[in-house]
Amino acid sequence: MATTAERRLPRFGRTERALHWVHASAFMILLVTGLCLYLPSLAEAVGRRPLLKSIHIYTAVAWAIALVVIFTFGNRRQLLSDVRELDDLRPGRMNVGQKVNAIATAAFAILFAVTGFFLWYGERDTRFRLPNALLVHDWLMYVSLILFLGHLFLAVIYPKTRHSLSGITRGWVDEDWALRNHRDWAKEAIAQEGQALEPAGSEIA
Amino acid sequence: MHETRPYGRRAFFGLVAGGVSALWWANPVSRVLAPLTSQFSQLAGDLLPIGGWRIYTISGSMPLFDESVWRLEIGGLVRKPVSLTYEQLTALPAARQVTTFHCVTGWTVKNVRWHGVRFKDLLALAEPMPSATAIEFVSMEEPYTDSLTLDQALLPNVMLAYGMDGAPLSRPHGSPARVVIPEMYGYKGVKWLTKMNLVAKEPTGYWENLGYDQNAWVGRSNGYNS
Repeated sequence: MATTAERRLPRFGRTERALHWVHASAFMILLVTGLCLYLPSLAEAVGRRPLLKSIHIYTAVAWAIALVVIFTFGNRRQLLSDVRELDDLRPGRMNVGQKVNAIATAAFAILFAVTGFFLWYGERDTRFRLPNALLVHDWLMYVSLILFLGHLFLAVIYPKTRHSLSGITRGWVDEDWALRNHRDWAKEAIAQEGQALEPAGSEIA
Repeated sequence: MHETRPYGRRAFFGLVAGGVSALWWANPVSRVLAPLTSQFSQLAGDLLPIGGWRIYTISGSMPLFDESVWRLEIGGLVRKPVSLTYEQLTALPAARQVTTFHCVTGWTVKNVRWHGVRFKDLLALAEPMPSATAIEFVSMEEPYTDSLTLDQALLPNVMLAYGMDGAPLSRPHGSPARVVIPEMYGYKGVKWLTKMNLVAKEPTGYWENLGYDQNAWVGRSNGYNS
């Protein structure tokens, strides 16, 4: 008989985790290359501006393609249910902060893409060179960086919350952690499951 | 089934709409907030050397200034072609100015303290021929070139700067010397300068070949009209 500590609750499915990590990897590459393009000290240390610019632009293109692939081949029903879940800001599987972070991340992704497009295209056709696009792209970077650092702190450092990382890496969390941190969701999930899951390897998303 | 409150989508569309509309209001707002943000960027500038500058280059690496091999050549339609060492350049009559730097992409840096030489003093060494009407500036960063008419190069605030904010020009800012013309956008200010060719007809430079204006007057070119 499993003790409570060993019981696992499924938290994020494969499609959700793929979406998260595609977005996270693209964000980190874009952040690092973007900062090298933006900060004179880094620009001097790294030098190779055209290469960084290409990495930055192609990462953005790859990110957009990966999103389409995930939506095409992933669990669309899950993604649509996630959207409905985020629409209701009351705490559930995710708390209010997580929901607001997810919404802001999605909105900023669109804004980064729009302003980034104008930065790229404006260099090729000056009629599309919007001076404000650069400012907005920079502001988004500052706000996203703050959100990202807060997100990292809660996900990997802060003891009370860092177990949540397991949900987005392995797909499950400990049941008693869930009961302490997301009580209503955990109770509902336990009721639905009826019993603890087998280890994540056998999970089908 | 409980009743959902669609605040999530409102937040999402609100953020997207706010961000897209910022393409119209970002600049005026950033000017209003400048006293606040400049203090912030001053603070950030102490931690990270931002200082409002962005460094744009077009090639794989920034040119490296080596004083033993660097020369400033002044040639083309001149009576006396000149090749100046860094020491000879900095020994010419020095000029100083505090001016605002405008980039065509929308950012500015106020109160930049430049020191260097006026083109009048440089040209006096080479003695341009009467047929010369413009100067083509050639950067060590190939294939970057740009040009100014002689009239533009002789405007009061125009100089070949070898110092910035009290120090020798740094590598990201175009060491050892760069063109400074505050009335025009920064792409006219060729960095890592190594050659000045006096020519009869003003040639188009790197960014002009990509569609930017030959005469890059701040606020009166490249689609700006303030």
